[in-house]
Amino acid sequence: MPILLAQLIIAGFVFFMLLNSAAVMVYVERKVAARIQQRMGPWLVGPRGALQPLADIVKLIFKEELRPKAADSVLFVLAPIISAAAAFTAFAVVPFGAETTFFGLLDQPVPLQVADVNVAVLVVFAVTSMGVYGIVLAGWSSNSKYSLLGALRSSAQMISYELSYGMALASVLLLSGSMSLRDIVNAQSGSWFYVIPRWYVFLQPVAFFIFMTAGVAETNRAPFDFPEAEQELVAGYHTEYSSMSFALFFMAEYINMVTVSAVATDLFLGGWHGPLLPESLGWIWFLLKVAFLLFFYVWMRWTLPRYRYDQLMQFGWKVLLPLSVFNLLVTAAGVLYLAA
Amino acid sequence: MPHDLILFYAFAAVAVVSTLLVIAQANPMHSVLLLILSFMALAALYVLLDAPFVAVTQIIVYAGAIMVLFLFVVMLLNTPREDTGDSAATGHDSTSTRAFGALLAALMAIELVWALNTTRRLGGALPGRAGADASWSVSEIGAILFRNYAFAFEATSILILIAMVGAITLAGKHGVDRKSKWPS
Repeated sequence: MPILLAQLIIAGFVFFMLLNSAAVMVYVERKVAARIQQRMGPWLVGPRGALQPLADIVKLIFKEELRPKAADSVLFVLAPIISAAAAFTAFAVVPFGAETTFFGLLDQPVPLQVADVNVAVLVVFAVTSMGVYGIVLAGWSSNSKYSLLGALRSSAQMISYELSYGMALASVLLLSGSMSLRDIVNAQSGSWFYVIPRWYVFLQPVAFFIFMTAGVAETNRAPFDFPEAEQELVAGYHTEYSSMSFALFFMAEYINMVTVSAVATDLFLGGWHGPLLPESLGWIWFLLKVAFLLFFYVWMRWTLPRYRYDQLMQFGWKVLLPLSVFNLLVTAAGVLYLAA
Repeated sequence: MPHDLILFYAFAAVAVVSTLLVIAQANPMHSVLLLILSFMALAALYVLLDAPFVAVTQIIVYAGAIMVLFLFVVMLLNTPREDTGDSAATGHDSTSTRAFGALLAALMAIELVWALNTTRRLGGALPGRAGADASWSVSEIGAILFRNYAFAFEATSILILIAMVGAITLAGKHGVDRKSKWPS
């Protein structure tokens, strides 16, 4: 029974931390954006503006909930829920630390993960593809041209980049021979020549590049943020949303970023393996790596201008997809050659 | 009652009810979503059968990829009410349409009974299944798919490719300015 209790606590903890990560990321985003643009950013609420997310949340809660008259009432309410639920669900299979007994509190160790599924990689992939529905339905049910166009763009973009995303995943799966994220992380322990960590990013740099690029497109972030290109579409699929239902979309976007970064850390950056720290404190390495990738996301958003929509499609289908197929072929050939 | 059985009945009920609602809905958009729900419930049933890979594939392929296309078509046609076929515009006799539908349903039922009977006689559904090990690994499925059923697999993919090329040829605009920078 204590094991079950521990797992429930871990699940609750993950849920709570994901909620918090969205708030923290909003603050980080505003602060980093400000520094890049030679401003100070949020400053007045709390020390150095650290309580700004709290003020944002209070503002969002007290805003009026608006709904267009011609909207499909059921789907209009359902869409943000689907988006947020998909964002939370995807993290359930992501491991974030080695097995632990919580400093000897438990008789046998539990893994730091909500659920260790043996097809975890595919579960992440499947749940991400469910997230598309939230956006499509939001666009359609709002009954507004900006929302619909934003939703169409978004889903076309996500479907196009899912292919390259999957191919990049497949080349890692070939190397590890397992679909469980925990097994994949454990396959990356140790180092070559005592210097280079045995991370897949060194074996699969092309797959890592494809994964991160497709990840940016999947999460609809700049420079691929067409669904909400302000100059063209007001705010894209969530134009008609306000108050907490808007906040749900906003939260889903940030949680998706966290999930993509966490999955990338597990797949390519060795998860919780790292020098200096013992395995039981590996989650610190995990957090550091995820934080670096998240910072990279924000950095990229405020550095690169948005592409044009046809450029995005051309890049996805004519560059990224052939590259990922080629990478997969080379990896498969290499694995076969070494196995023989 | 073991909790597996409770889960089975719960998901089976969701699958059956949502599938019934798919055809009982007037709004095609809601029908598509209920069909997705039905696919999800089926995926949960696969998990209960110790086939997580099939379950996830079901979600990725059907609920994730195919239904998005359905949703797109329904969304872009933008018909708030389903065309029931009674309208004079379609030009079809509704009684003959219904008779044909009933015939198809009867054929489907006969096929289902036949298929269920045959698989029960065979014992296991597919070759290569290890007796005690209920969890079916991905590499095993891959090996069977590409060794025993390689021809069927390749033939299906070529069929889909032909259909795709055909659709693009039929829908392609002829004689438009090819130098236009926006994709047509």
